[in-house]
Amino acid sequence: MSISEMGVEGRPVPELDPVSKHYWEATTRGELLVQECPSCGTRQFYPRALCKMCAKTPEWLKTAGRGKVHTFSIVRQNGNEPFKQWLPYAVVVVELEEGPRIMGNLVGSDVDDVHIGMEVSVDFVPLTDQASLPFWRATAPAVSDG
Amino acid sequence: MSARVPVIAGVGLSDYPKAPHLDAVGHHVLAFQRMLDDSGLEKKEIDGYMTAQGNFAAPDNGGTMAEYLGIDPRYYDGTAVGGSTFELYVQHAAAAIRDGQCEAIVMTYGSDLYTQSGTNPSFGAKQPGEVVPGALQYESPWGNTLIGAYAMAAQRHMYEYGTTSEQLAEIAVACRMHAGLNPNAQYRKPLTVEDVVNSRMIADPLHMLDCCVVSDGGGAILITTEERAKDLKQPPIYILGAAAAQTHWNIGQMPDYTVTAAARSGEKAFAQAGVRPEDIDTVQLYDSFTITALLMLEDLGFCKKGEGGPFVQTGALKLGGALPLNTDGGALSSCHPGMRGIFLLAEATRQLRHQAGDAQVEGAELALACGSGGWLSAMGTVILGRSTS
Repeated sequence: MSISEMGVEGRPVPELDPVSKHYWEATTRGELLVQECPSCGTRQFYPRALCKMCAKTPEWLKTAGRGKVHTFSIVRQNGNEPFKQWLPYAVVVVELEEGPRIMGNLVGSDVDDVHIGMEVSVDFVPLTDQASLPFWRATAPAVSDG
Repeated sequence: MSARVPVIAGVGLSDYPKAPHLDAVGHHVLAFQRMLDDSGLEKKEIDGYMTAQGNFAAPDNGGTMAEYLGIDPRYYDGTAVGGSTFELYVQHAAAAIRDGQCEAIVMTYGSDLYTQSGTNPSFGAKQPGEVVPGALQYESPWGNTLIGAYAMAAQRHMYEYGTTSEQLAEIAVACRMHAGLNPNAQYRKPLTVEDVVNSRMIADPLHMLDCCVVSDGGGAILITTEERAKDLKQPPIYILGAAAAQTHWNIGQMPDYTVTAAARSGEKAFAQAGVRPEDIDTVQLYDSFTITALLMLEDLGFCKKGEGGPFVQTGALKLGGALPLNTDGGALSSCHPGMRGIFLLAEATRQLRHQAGDAQVEGAELALACGSGGWLSAMGTVILGRSTS
């Protein structure tokens, strides 16, 4: 399979709630947020109204939008629209540099090249006026200063 | 007053794997009637009821189903955590019996999943652009599938421990061998490891034959006291240990993709029962996918973490081996109507009654059933015995 690209049309749309609206609003500005607890320091994703460890109210933390593939699957069968038009595609769980993990699609790579430990960076694509979807692409090798 | 000892005293299964003449309620009813015949209990004695349909609009939701069956429960449980729900019910029922909350608890399950999916092309289909609330709003947009969720665990297990597709396939091969001894099993033709690894890839690294079947089916289990069971038709099967644990619900939240909550539910159930993994004669594990059973074998202590692959290659899981697995053929080959947990209890009981015919594990004294609900999320482990010691 060659380069995998996916669209956004027809994808499930998040129902913004009092917590998630802050997360999704940030995506429209190209920012990927997680949460950090001011009391115990726990960082978490997905966003919640409380810290999952100590139950205090967490604060938002802007991430660098980079991480590594922790695990993944290549989906080759899905009868549901809109996904069946994009088969096969990669669903990845990315471990962010800041710690929490987030699910997404890895695009721009051959699905056979997706592997655990792969370094990836976020790339937002608008879904609605209120939410952009964070896709993942292989991080380009750093350009040597020398 | 002597202690009240909880036992399984009746089992019924409806028609499976394909039953176009039954709807979900019909499966509940047929299994319930067969359980009454099996046990010899009079229906009017039932004073506890459990079932797992949480949707109030469904015809077999808990309250409606109790009403339909004509049961007025003094003890009621509608816990619904997917496939392991019925193992959790054993935990709850055993405690309720010991505590004197009621005398005769029945759990029933029914599903026409196969018939629905075969006759209604849009059954279960999602609409494009659907609005998703709650935690799933962070996962649904990515098109992961049910199989893709389990594939994520398999992928990570392969990465950390070098587990291979050929090793996972051994689980499907063992279950198919046992399905060959079950006239009702959905697929009975023998399988080879090559058949499994050469079957179509569904979600890497899981092939079609790493995945369970889709069936119709239902079951009913009676739990009462040892004292009451003395006058019933079947030898009582003792509930020696029953415990539950959960690590996450949605697959993106699984803390360690190679370890399930069965590590905790198993430890607790073994401690209650006062037995060790090497004492168990047969295991009935929720084989929604080959990886599900492999993770459980490790988490329950039948082998060390990471050594499930070599372990399943020893042949231990086949009849005649040290730990025959899913002696009815399991979800992989016999029957999976959506929530299989009640079938695990039925098969463990059949083995311990020594009523399993050609599939009998010789001299079986102790059996373990472990259900998995959600996406490797909620685990329930039950240890059953022919006697209390």
